[in-house]
Amino acid sequence: MNSNVATLNKMQTLIVIGNGMVGHHCVEQLIERGALEHYRLHVFSEEPMRAYDRVHLSEYFAGRDAESLALSDVSLYQTPGVTLHLGVPVLEIDRVRRQVVTAQGGVTYDKLVLATGSYPFVPPIEGAEGESRLVYRTLEDLDAIRAAAANARRGVVVGGGLLGLEAANALKSLGLEAHVVEFAPRLMPVQLDDLGGQALKAQIERLGVGVHLSRATQSISAGEQYRYRMNFANDECLETDLIVFSAGIRAQDALARQCALQIGPRGGVVIDDTCLSCDPNIYAIGECASWNGSLFGLVAPGYQMARSVAARLCNEVAEPFTGADMSTKLKLLGVDVGSIGDAHGNTPGARSYQFIDETSASYRRLVVDASGKHVLGAVLVGDNSYYDTLLQYMQNGIALPAEPASLILPSSEGAPTLGPGALPESATVCSCHNVTKGSICSAIDSGCTDLGQLKSQTKACTGCGGCAGLLKQVFEHELIARGVSVDKSLCEHFAYTRQELYALVRVEGVITFDELLAKHGRGHTGCDVCKPAVGSILASCWNQPIMDTSLVPLQDTNDTFMANMQKNGTYSVVPRIAGGEITADKLIAIGVVAKKYDLYTKITGGQRIDLFGAQLHQLPDIWSELIEAGFETGHAYGKSTRTVKSCVGSTWCRYGVQDSVKMALTLEDRYKGLRSPHKLKFAVSGCTRECAEAQSKDVGVIATEKGWNLYVAGNGGMRPRHAELFATDLDDATLIRYIDRFLMFYIRTADKLQRTSVWRESLEGGLDYLKDVIINDSLGLGEELESQMQLVVNRYECEWANALKDPEKLKRFRTFVNDQRPDPDIHFVQERGQRRPIMASELHLIPVIEEIA
Amino acid sequence: MSQSDTQRAYSSSSLVNPDAWQAVCSQEDLVSNSGVVVWLDGAQVALFYLPAAEGKTLYAVDNHDPQSGANVIGRGLIGSIKGDLVIASPLYKQHFRLEDGSCLEYPQQRLRVWPVRLNAGLVEVAVA
Repeated sequence: MNSNVATLNKMQTLIVIGNGMVGHHCVEQLIERGALEHYRLHVFSEEPMRAYDRVHLSEYFAGRDAESLALSDVSLYQTPGVTLHLGVPVLEIDRVRRQVVTAQGGVTYDKLVLATGSYPFVPPIEGAEGESRLVYRTLEDLDAIRAAAANARRGVVVGGGLLGLEAANALKSLGLEAHVVEFAPRLMPVQLDDLGGQALKAQIERLGVGVHLSRATQSISAGEQYRYRMNFANDECLETDLIVFSAGIRAQDALARQCALQIGPRGGVVIDDTCLSCDPNIYAIGECASWNGSLFGLVAPGYQMARSVAARLCNEVAEPFTGADMSTKLKLLGVDVGSIGDAHGNTPGARSYQFIDETSASYRRLVVDASGKHVLGAVLVGDNSYYDTLLQYMQNGIALPAEPASLILPSSEGAPTLGPGALPESATVCSCHNVTKGSICSAIDSGCTDLGQLKSQTKACTGCGGCAGLLKQVFEHELIARGVSVDKSLCEHFAYTRQELYALVRVEGVITFDELLAKHGRGHTGCDVCKPAVGSILASCWNQPIMDTSLVPLQDTNDTFMANMQKNGTYSVVPRIAGGEITADKLIAIGVVAKKYDLYTKITGGQRIDLFGAQLHQLPDIWSELIEAGFETGHAYGKSTRTVKSCVGSTWCRYGVQDSVKMALTLEDRYKGLRSPHKLKFAVSGCTRECAEAQSKDVGVIATEKGWNLYVAGNGGMRPRHAELFATDLDDATLIRYIDRFLMFYIRTADKLQRTSVWRESLEGGLDYLKDVIINDSLGLGEELESQMQLVVNRYECEWANALKDPEKLKRFRTFVNDQRPDPDIHFVQERGQRRPIMASELHLIPVIEEIA
Repeated sequence: MSQSDTQRAYSSSSLVNPDAWQAVCSQEDLVSNSGVVVWLDGAQVALFYLPAAEGKTLYAVDNHDPQSGANVIGRGLIGSIKGDLVIASPLYKQHFRLEDGSCLEYPQQRLRVWPVRLNAGLVEVAVA
């Protein structure tokens, strides 16, 4: 006990004010470097939530919750010796007594780190208040914007810089008509030149966002059509329901001013190269610090300062802070924007190469030095795939190729991209955490052969994530260079790729997982990677009912219970509605079932109806009623054929040239139940107007006067890709033959969970090769592929009908095998006339039933 | 070290008070190489049955998934990772060791485990 007190007395107190991204990084670095051996660490934050990721703030509106934006597990701040004071603003710093003062009293410090960040600058404009004076900085700000947006149609962002455009995106994702008002004559005036700004404006306007340049807001008054009216200097005006100001940031230096630290010309605590203020016990890092008269509003330089201070406080050799590269790469409103180094070509003697594509509103500018040998900077709008290479050229002073312009020309010209092998050891791969190629190499040399492990060891790619592609390339290149074969094994149980396993199953006629594991794998159990993958291969090859005893343990829960598990553990049920065609009686039948079981219903994008909120034990009853009414399973739970969307075609539409519904029914009937590496979506349009959106599907069919055009390998989703025209004017039989071959070739050669689009992009020889295989039968596989498909088609059986016939299979559909009760923890609330899962914040709404004695 | 030893000792049935065993369902209710769930005085216990395994063939862990807050563990997929038998949560796919309920990815998540045995065609769980 006494010895403890003795150590405590030797301990110094270190206080960090601010728990934003930079303050948090400093704490992380301090703990990692052993600071807790010398210091008790107190962290004060005026925000109520611990540090979160401001770079990805806009995802909060896209459904990410606050907790998932948090930068670390709560456990970091529970480390003994660390005290986090959330929601406790520091009111005053007493430098003489070395004390910070909060509403709860004073805490004495030995060393103090200011990481108070910045605040949004709102110009003094008459009438700006409440919902006409919103800002975009903290989660609380976002909540305020969301609340204001609830009754709004239109929203305006003042400020066309990086954050302003982020804010505009946020307004758009809240369903508002968004406008951006910028004082300067172009967007992103700091990062872009004139032409770049124009290209960005054109792209953003195409997305439906209004852009108003050279506008100075003078006052805000009541509007006529909308709530407010913004009056500009030139007598123009714009009406809107809410206004978000994003007109730049100011260093949050109020505490520093109060305790009379030296303040920079544009605000901010003046720091030297060691991040020390004019007080030898007070450091400042991040956006609240002013180095050489400049503020740094990006996360990477802030992290650099945090690392430097942490090292110094732990008596390690610290790299001085001598300015930062402000190069940045972003996706704003879905538009790629990149700015590197001297983007404006301000260096004396600098010369530029420019590439303009007005059709796609793309713009690229490469700035080189007077000698023409080195990159000074670049501007990219529309396509950031050039960014990594250009940044490496600039950061590492790599000599330019003979034709520098080739670096920004469209890549089909065969531009010499800088391979990972050409990078010097000193090249920075991850600028957030300052990870060089050299440190990646030494991690590999000390035995790291796994990308995930590399990331956690070096921290590379755990900041903004922008270096993910480059990191993977460097990693794989270095492994191969060391003679390590890059491990493409499915998992620890199979040293084969999915394609190789497919061939083994097919050639050796393997029909169970156990057989495959015994012959070609390791261990007796498998895992959640190989079991579903093999289950899918077996189904693609032999199409046995997935509820067969040997197959059940292979499936993910959705396939096991033939329904889609939702976040609260209940399932959604999707009966097949082929081609989106449904009779009134069947619609009524679905309605009757939905009503009886109180299911939330929603129309899906694939022209069918999803019924949500069923508990496990209800599924068999629901399905026997649906099957009784003539439905069969929709396979919405499987990596398999989902839907064939269609328009009404020549039957009803005055423009239709073929019967698209009939073709959709034929295709859906043929391929239903087909299991594949990933889900498959189809569509058939009855004319070139393409109302069924076939060009966004894995298989798209569009009617022509003479027959059908076939498109393949498109998809929507996270990375949309247009399908490519594969063959034209096909008759029915040829169309189906080509689709048979295409799908089976995909199933045979794709990687696990690889959609047709990614598979097609990875095919060497591209579309021409694929046409050769399918149309010209260059591999002599045509008949084999067709007969394999025919086997799957012949063996089709509705999995639910099969399961309902077998009491053994039904045994599994019990919430509790020893009790009839439903899961008592599942609760719903009513919303818009239906029920939905209760949210964690609403749990107080659950009625408490008091026992009456 | 000592903590995991305690866990192991706790879940090994030989050290259980003989009066603590409680029958929860019959052996026929189990599904081979997969999970089912039983109701046990307010707790939800997921039972995983691996009839062909060399060592233990039956495991009992909490059905409650700490990450999602939903009662879904019994509907996860059994696997082995680096020698440990694990269950993957069906929602966010994190893995828990069947032996002691510890989580491979998130040390702060842990499932409660119960001693469990087959006794004359019945499944018995020991309640502390």
